[in-house]
Amino acid sequence: MSTVAYETDLEKAVPVVPASSPAFDVADIEATVLANTPVNDDYVHMILDARGLALSAKAGQFFNIACPATTRDLPYLRRPMSVYRVVAPEDRVEFLYKVTGAGTRGLATLRPGDRVSLLGPLGNGFSLDPAWKNIVVLGRGVGLATLAPLAEMAAASGIGVTAILSARSRALVMSVDRFANCGERVEVVTDDDTSSDPVNVERILLRLIEAGKADAFFTCGSNRLMLLMKRVAAQFGVPGQVAMEQQMACGLGMCFCCVRNFETPDGEPEQRRVCLEGPVFKLSEALSW
Amino acid sequence: MVDLRVKIGSLALKNPVMPASGTFSEGLARIFSFDHLGAVVTKTITAELRGGNPTPRVAEVGQGMLNSIGIPSKGVANFVEHIMPEYERFSAPLVVSVSAPTAELFGDIVRQLNLPGIAAIEANISCPNIEEDGKAFAMRSKSTAAVVRELRCATPLPLWVKLTPNTGDVAAVACAAEENGADALVVANTVLAMSIDIETFRPRLGSIMGGYSGPAIKPIALRMVYQCAKAVEIPVIGCGGIATAGDAVEFMLAGATAVQVGTATFIKPNTMLEVVEGLSAFCARKGIARVSELTGAVKDRGMHVDKLEALP
Repeated sequence: MSTVAYETDLEKAVPVVPASSPAFDVADIEATVLANTPVNDDYVHMILDARGLALSAKAGQFFNIACPATTRDLPYLRRPMSVYRVVAPEDRVEFLYKVTGAGTRGLATLRPGDRVSLLGPLGNGFSLDPAWKNIVVLGRGVGLATLAPLAEMAAASGIGVTAILSARSRALVMSVDRFANCGERVEVVTDDDTSSDPVNVERILLRLIEAGKADAFFTCGSNRLMLLMKRVAAQFGVPGQVAMEQQMACGLGMCFCCVRNFETPDGEPEQRRVCLEGPVFKLSEALSW
Repeated sequence: MVDLRVKIGSLALKNPVMPASGTFSEGLARIFSFDHLGAVVTKTITAELRGGNPTPRVAEVGQGMLNSIGIPSKGVANFVEHIMPEYERFSAPLVVSVSAPTAELFGDIVRQLNLPGIAAIEANISCPNIEEDGKAFAMRSKSTAAVVRELRCATPLPLWVKLTPNTGDVAAVACAAEENGADALVVANTVLAMSIDIETFRPRLGSIMGGYSGPAIKPIALRMVYQCAKAVEIPVIGCGGIATAGDAVEFMLAGATAVQVGTATFIKPNTMLEVVEGLSAFCARKGIARVSELTGAVKDRGMHVDKLEALP
């Protein structure tokens, strides 16, 4: 144990926070809020000033965030949230979240200068095979927040990206610019004009396969779209990855709260922890949630 | 310099802080070294393979967590081959938590764990006893006596018995465990509870009821530690809602020799380190040379429990 000078007040006792070392690849850090602004009726974009291990987070990884209390809520557990963007040279970690419950209502009250506890980076992110020339990402709702950094990671590796972005309405489609900046093309499909219908999305996927634009599939945010993509992937032998969500407590594989059912390559059922074995899984092994 | 060492029977710990079973795994070593802990306590293992309960397995309820994990377990061989080696590099003694559906099977599993590298057994007797209509062993003195007797015959290792708060007379259960050979008691486990989503009318846990833990149950666990410590001579290890050094002090004053930190680790993974540091700081501030002096030091002399408020 390190020798720290004790303060006399118990509540102010200085904890031992282990220094960053190769043995430790996850840290609980205090980040400072730079911005926390609504981007539309549903979603809020939070930009944090963060240091250390947090800046090593990769697309698909997540943080377990301590959400502040409000006059209405007193969130107890942390909330897992996938990373939306990391700009390491500028010490910036960003999240895009939908306000749905006590935790996110608390997060939405954060103002620039406020501090927030961030545990991570956690879980396994997306992986890209250098042999791939073109990939397809298909996301819906807040799943787009998880896929945006993947599209940028692919573009940075010289891989072409087609993004199919699904939402209730055009006003709720997020990050179109980010996808457009790194993708060859972006297809927006919505419930409003029924273009988000699985039949139409399947038509788009088949067209991309035919055009040689689908060396791999990626999806997040919709069970229905995951099942569709899995079926098409199996039919045409396209490898795929899916990022999953599940209620969590620890985020570190300790509590076994966040299990989901999977199918092994041998067809055996298997439970896996979304936090530790995921949150990114092989599309071929994913099951309906 | 405050002396943080404590003894749980024959087992010497460098400090009184350890994890509660089920809220800890080797994965936490990605954040800090277990060398800082008084002991490590594994997730409960069973001889049989168990998949665990349906999801949702967790619900946030007030300042606490409701869970129904269901003790997923890959069996003893998997534990010995794959989990135990992960702890070899740490100096903290390894305490293995076990469970079984009958007294005889409790004996069987601990016989397989009489291995170098295991410092003590923690028997989680809060699980259902299939020979007693599924009532947890630790709900009753009689079934507690039977299972502890079996365990005592089956293992030479220090035997810690983890009690359940879901009993009407925890002191009687504590005495039954002591009389049959327990070396220490862990008091307590999660409180049986439930929660319903009023929008959907559905239970919030996949298995309807679950165990409640976290700060919300701290006063209940503290009361049970106080009752048990008065009733037995063997050490009591406090467990239930401990999240700060102040909480640990409170449990020690109530009679605990050591403490387990559980759900708090989910909220703040460094909690155990903060509790160790905070205990030292607290003792220094109070002029207490040894943390063990806190055990049972509550000033309750001349005070009496109101029998109407606390029926036996």
